[in-house]
Amino acid sequence: MAARLVDFARELREEGVMTGTSELLDAVAVLREVAWTDRDAFREALAATLAKSQEDRRIFALVFERFFFRATEAAALREGVHESSPPTHEETGDGDAPGELDLEMLRQQIARAVQQGSEGAMRDLARLAIAAFGRPGEGSGVIGVDVQRIRRQLGLRAEPQPELDADDPRAAGLPRDALRRFEALLRRELERGQIERTETLPPSRPLNELDRALPSGPLQDLAAVHRVVAQLKRRLKTQGQEHRGARRRTHVDIRRTMRASLQTGGVPVVLKERPVRPRRPEIYVLCDVSTSVTSASVFFLSVLHALHDSFRKMRSFVFIERISEVTDVFERERDFKAVSEAIGRNAGVADISGYTDYGRVWSEFREQVGDDLHRRATVIVLGDARTNGRDPRADIFASIAADAGRTFWLNPEPRLYWNYGDSVISAYERHCRAFECWTTRHLEDFVEALARPTSMSPDP
Amino acid sequence: MSAPPVQPADLARRLRATGYLPGESTALVSHLAIALGKPVLVEGPAGVGKTQLAKALAEVLDRRLVRLQCYEGLDEAKALYEWNYRKQLLRIQAESDTASWRDVQDDIFGEEFLLERPLMDAISSPEPVVLLIDEIDKTDQEFEAMLLELLSDFQISVPELGRIEARTRPVVLLTSNNTRELTEALKRRCLYLWLDYPGLEHELEIVRLHTPELSQELTRRLVEVVQMVRELDLKKPPSIAESIDWARALLLLGARDLDQDMFRQTMSVIVKHRADLDVVAERVGVRLVAGASAG
Repeated sequence: MAARLVDFARELREEGVMTGTSELLDAVAVLREVAWTDRDAFREALAATLAKSQEDRRIFALVFERFFFRATEAAALREGVHESSPPTHEETGDGDAPGELDLEMLRQQIARAVQQGSEGAMRDLARLAIAAFGRPGEGSGVIGVDVQRIRRQLGLRAEPQPELDADDPRAAGLPRDALRRFEALLRRELERGQIERTETLPPSRPLNELDRALPSGPLQDLAAVHRVVAQLKRRLKTQGQEHRGARRRTHVDIRRTMRASLQTGGVPVVLKERPVRPRRPEIYVLCDVSTSVTSASVFFLSVLHALHDSFRKMRSFVFIERISEVTDVFERERDFKAVSEAIGRNAGVADISGYTDYGRVWSEFREQVGDDLHRRATVIVLGDARTNGRDPRADIFASIAADAGRTFWLNPEPRLYWNYGDSVISAYERHCRAFECWTTRHLEDFVEALARPTSMSPDP
Repeated sequence: MSAPPVQPADLARRLRATGYLPGESTALVSHLAIALGKPVLVEGPAGVGKTQLAKALAEVLDRRLVRLQCYEGLDEAKALYEWNYRKQLLRIQAESDTASWRDVQDDIFGEEFLLERPLMDAISSPEPVVLLIDEIDKTDQEFEAMLLELLSDFQISVPELGRIEARTRPVVLLTSNNTRELTEALKRRCLYLWLDYPGLEHELEIVRLHTPELSQELTRRLVEVVQMVRELDLKKPPSIAESIDWARALLLLGARDLDQDMFRQTMSVIVKHRADLDVVAERVGVRLVAGASAG
């Protein structure tokens, strides 16, 4: 059992769920508490110890299905066990005339089971359906096609079908999620059949991106971005502290002074001061969301999202032609999908032409943030520096960079394309440090570069 | 103290008796937490009964509930312990002539001068307790790190006193509204429970339990509407607590049916944002009329 669990944990890790040894130990411990014959309890108990966030949970469910389905099939193959055929199978008749069982009856029965959503009944009926409609041995070979064909023949649809009798459960339409579950069961039974016929297991395939439906969409792994940003946070926080005077303008800590005075009989000889805590870095992030960076903006938004997780003192702006502050969107929403939708819908980015106007962005940024910029602030720009032929206004940018302690530019284009066409990154690069950044790998490089304080900011 | 429940089903039944209707995994994970003595991290949207679960567990186990409400800037002086330095000073002054230095020094760092804050309270209590650390996501990561010693070994190190170990194992629940990702180190020490909005039947049962006087049809109607509202893209979807409140409000108003007027008057109970109100009135209110004419 423990060995199986280790295998399972390895599969989870391959799919990106971080499961440590201590979690595995916990899993073994909880399994002592639940009956392993109860499938749901077994799964929930494992999930409680191994999958510790909602995303992990989703992946866990998929891997669990895959792993234990394969495990039972492999065991069955080894033992040479074959399913005893359901009663209406080959023996009773030739495919199209399944004995005494009326096809229409079966249709109705299945529809009723789907409507009630009872898992057990659906599983049994899925087998019957395959026996009745699946025409064994004549399958198209592609399971997905077979599933759809059987479903069509059963007449299962989510939409109401008024042409049927009123007492037919299909007439009012069927619940979509139950339908989907029924399809999954069909698929499973078909796979089982295939394994039995070929007597081999199909190769275990990694979950594809669609299956996992990670919120960051096709481009990047949100969790990876979060990890890198957590590093970034530590770097920004600890940086430059060695220059700061350890005791400069502090307050006397009454409590600690009193306590120290106990050693001298209540006379405060040694004054204790409050330690100087480094101020948290303040960050301003400007993020381009125009069409020229569409492919990168999901990535950028996930970076923003991760930054917001780590920094409390942070203001973020998105811009196309003008800028708009989205700090509150991120503060309110945790779900990445909701955030990106909210920004897409009502961030109020005045999208008249859809072309970036950096000059205008700088001047508006100045206006909105203005005097708040100070030496301890960090400005990060995420954009491709393509001005569409408009005035880059590098002078305003220079003044922003001069006021802020540090200014960084993350460009989603490979360095090769910089300054090519309408890209004016060189005009800005004079005033900040520019990085190419379109994968988490690059983001890490950026964090690495941050750690080298010597070449930190272009001091004016 | 009543005997601890031995089976998840048993625990579920007893939670039910206290007025908390647990989902299947809720009862199971709570049972595991009690059996293994591990903390549970409960996550989920606001108002799905995370805090309530802790209260119900305390009642079932017949234990005292110690609650630590987290907020930004919470530090160990408020969460763990603090020296009662006023009392220490008094003690010194009271005996300054007679007692020797050594006596006083040993004395004033005794437990008598320790102000126990919730975490210390939970650890040192002679009776086992249920410890609820509420909204852990509101604190800083530094505070989380401080909790690690407590959560894995159930002990607290006080520099002046040494290690204080738990006399009894508390059942620990941490809740989080998921506003930020918690550290891996913390998660690793906990069992994980995700509470989501309940399904229609489950919520119906919950609302009925709390307002049994409301008619069956009306309750069902109400829960259906709440579920419908939740599916809209709102800033703050209504919680279970709010649907119970709504049921009570309808009861107070003596409502017979949930028609459009009634809905308009009372929907502020479940929808708390200006923009949301408009969306809900527009989408759900209209559907209600259609429903009323059809039914």
